[in-house]
Amino acid sequence: MKPFTKIISIITPFDKANVDTDQIIPKQFLKLITKSGFGKFLFYDWRFNHDGQEKSDFILNDSKYCDSQILVTNENFGCGSSREHAVWALKDFGFSVIISPSFADIFYSNCFKNGVLPIILDIVKIKKLLQYTEKIELDLDSQKIIFGDESMNFEIDSHRKIRLLEGLDDIDLTLKEDEKIQHFEKNSSIVSIFG
Amino acid sequence: MTETLFEKIWNSHVVVEKENEPSLIYIDRHLIHEVTSPQAFDGLRANHRDVRRRDLTVATIDHNVPTTDRSLPMIDETSSTQIKTLEKNCKDFGIKLFGINDPNQGIVHVIGPQLGITLPGSTIVCGDSHTSTQGAFGAFAFGIGTSEVEHTLATQTLWLEKPKTFEILATGKRKNSFAITSKDIILSIIKQIGTDGGTGHVLEYRGDAISDLSMEQRMTICNMSIEAGSRAGLIAPDEKTFDYLNHRKYTPKNYDELVDDWKNNLMSDANSKFDKSFTIDVDKIEPQVSWGTNPAMVSDITGKIPTPEEFGQNNEIQIESAKKALLYMDLKPDTPIIEIPIDRVFIGSCTNARLEDLKDAAEIVNGKTVNADVDAMVVPGSQMVKMEAEKLGLDKIFKDANFEWRESGCSMCLGMNPDILKPGERCASTSNRNFEGRQGSGGRTHLVSPVMAAASAIAGHFVDVREWC
Ligand code: SF4
Repeated sequence: MKPFTKIISIITPFDKANVDTDQIIPKQFLKLITKSGFGKFLFYDWRFNHDGQEKSDFILNDSKYCDSQILVTNENFGCGSSREHAVWALKDFGFSVIISPSFADIFYSNCFKNGVLPIILDIVKIKKLLQYTEKIELDLDSQKIIFGDESMNFEIDSHRKIRLLEGLDDIDLTLKEDEKIQHFEKNSSIVSIFG
Repeated sequence: MTETLFEKIWNSHVVVEKENEPSLIYIDRHLIHEVTSPQAFDGLRANHRDVRRRDLTVATIDHNVPTTDRSLPMIDETSSTQIKTLEKNCKDFGIKLFGINDPNQGIVHVIGPQLGITLPGSTIVCGDSHTSTQGAFGAFAFGIGTSEVEHTLATQTLWLEKPKTFEILATGKRKNSFAITSKDIILSIIKQIGTDGGTGHVLEYRGDAISDLSMEQRMTICNMSIEAGSRAGLIAPDEKTFDYLNHRKYTPKNYDELVDDWKNNLMSDANSKFDKSFTIDVDKIEPQVSWGTNPAMVSDITGKIPTPEEFGQNNEIQIESAKKALLYMDLKPDTPIIEIPIDRVFIGSCTNARLEDLKDAAEIVNGKTVNADVDAMVVPGSQMVKMEAEKLGLDKIFKDANFEWRESGCSMCLGMNPDILKPGERCASTSNRNFEGRQGSGGRTHLVSPVMAAASAIAGHFVDVREWC
């Protein structure tokens, strides 16, 4: 995973609640066996008409936002299916940061595994951001969002922050604990499926 | 110090614990399916890693499989590629696969318990959010993403932040325990606590109204924990649990010994503290029907479609969602639920396609015929459920009534195979998600119990199924 760096970008205001992963990436696109190439199917049913034409009134089809790396949205984002394809699609489309008052648990954890930063902010701050049309600066290291002369701080678990900043591989880190895993396996009664 | 059931399971699986950091948790059971695993196996290959515990890992094929005649070649090439990829991955890495023609094939959350792979007190993961189903056996069972599938394959552990605990206390007795099902109980709960009511929490369902339920009914409840935002929901095991798991294909040899241990340990201590609590009186529950595009948008059968304001109760976001939902569902406020006509009926999915579900639905259907305007199908949860149902002659009852009787799989629960709704079609479905387009682009889903689905198929619209039995 690439280390997470400072981001300067306009935000895409996406003021919707309870956006489920079935909407983020509909099931017909879950059949790919790679991790790449999902961006073109992001929000497929909202972005395209039945004949495959872009819907001009859907915000992600507005060329103004085509370089935006930050999606600001409303509560319970990413609910429903555990499909990590949802994060792959957002990332592949260009989003590295998603800001919301709340996230569904599995989606939240899937983000970190793919170098996407989910930020939780209260609704008052979200509303302010949704109005802001200039570029903002997002610095994970200092946990700050800077816009114009103002800035706001955000909270993030320190452990997860370091993993993102250093682009560390989870499995490598875990394998450093191999002795402890072996110790656990020796000392607890794990029941094999096959007897 | 007192502990809840969840805390006991958590504490007995901690491998590494550091203050204010996620803990490394050992995983006892890992189930795999074709959709969320290919990229995980690729990751293992790219990093020259192996599967750590084949003996704790099994796979099946469920999401993509056709439910029509399986001796015919598959038409959908991409589905076929995904299935072949899982077959190859299991072969290369030495993982036991219940493949497409295996008598034990089925929806992953149906076959786990049915084969005795699911065990009380264990930690169970699968790359699918409805893994929570298996919490019905007193396990900490939860869905994971593909990166976590890879992590589990390589290390048999996961880094997890300890969830909080949420007690759902169900009291009272259902007025008509045939017509008012565990599906109605869980839909009522979600209606009240909301689709994010359980976020960050593990639910523990307790109380007489839960003990009263059979194992299959308990699975329906735990299955839909994720629809309330909880990654996992569980129920303390009891005699029903131990009986259900006895004499299954993979029931452990020292089962009696294990049961003794579980009996002594697997329950929340008296006076244990939950972070949150909610009580529901099941006396008051009616048959439920969802009317919107999330599983909290649910009404009593005797009710009407609410106005967005009635539903949202001053919450702007909820009012907006309800407006959007009514538009998508093509429904008008104040329409009585029983007047909503339907085009399709789907009895299936990991929520409601076990033997008991099919038996109950068949009892309603027996000797009647599906309404001429309705297409109805039954998709058993596993091949084993299908065989058992056929032994009881249920297939004949359904077929005689003009239901289609299919092979097992996820089918129209998510429509990754050819079983989908056409745009605008309205379906009474025993599945778990009524999201926009879930059962097919433009399709409209109403979540209901198996008996409600069966009765609606006959009537052509929703009915108060209490009057049918
Ligand atoms: S039946 Fe539906 S909810 Fe259950 S595992 Fe299959 S797709 Fe998921």
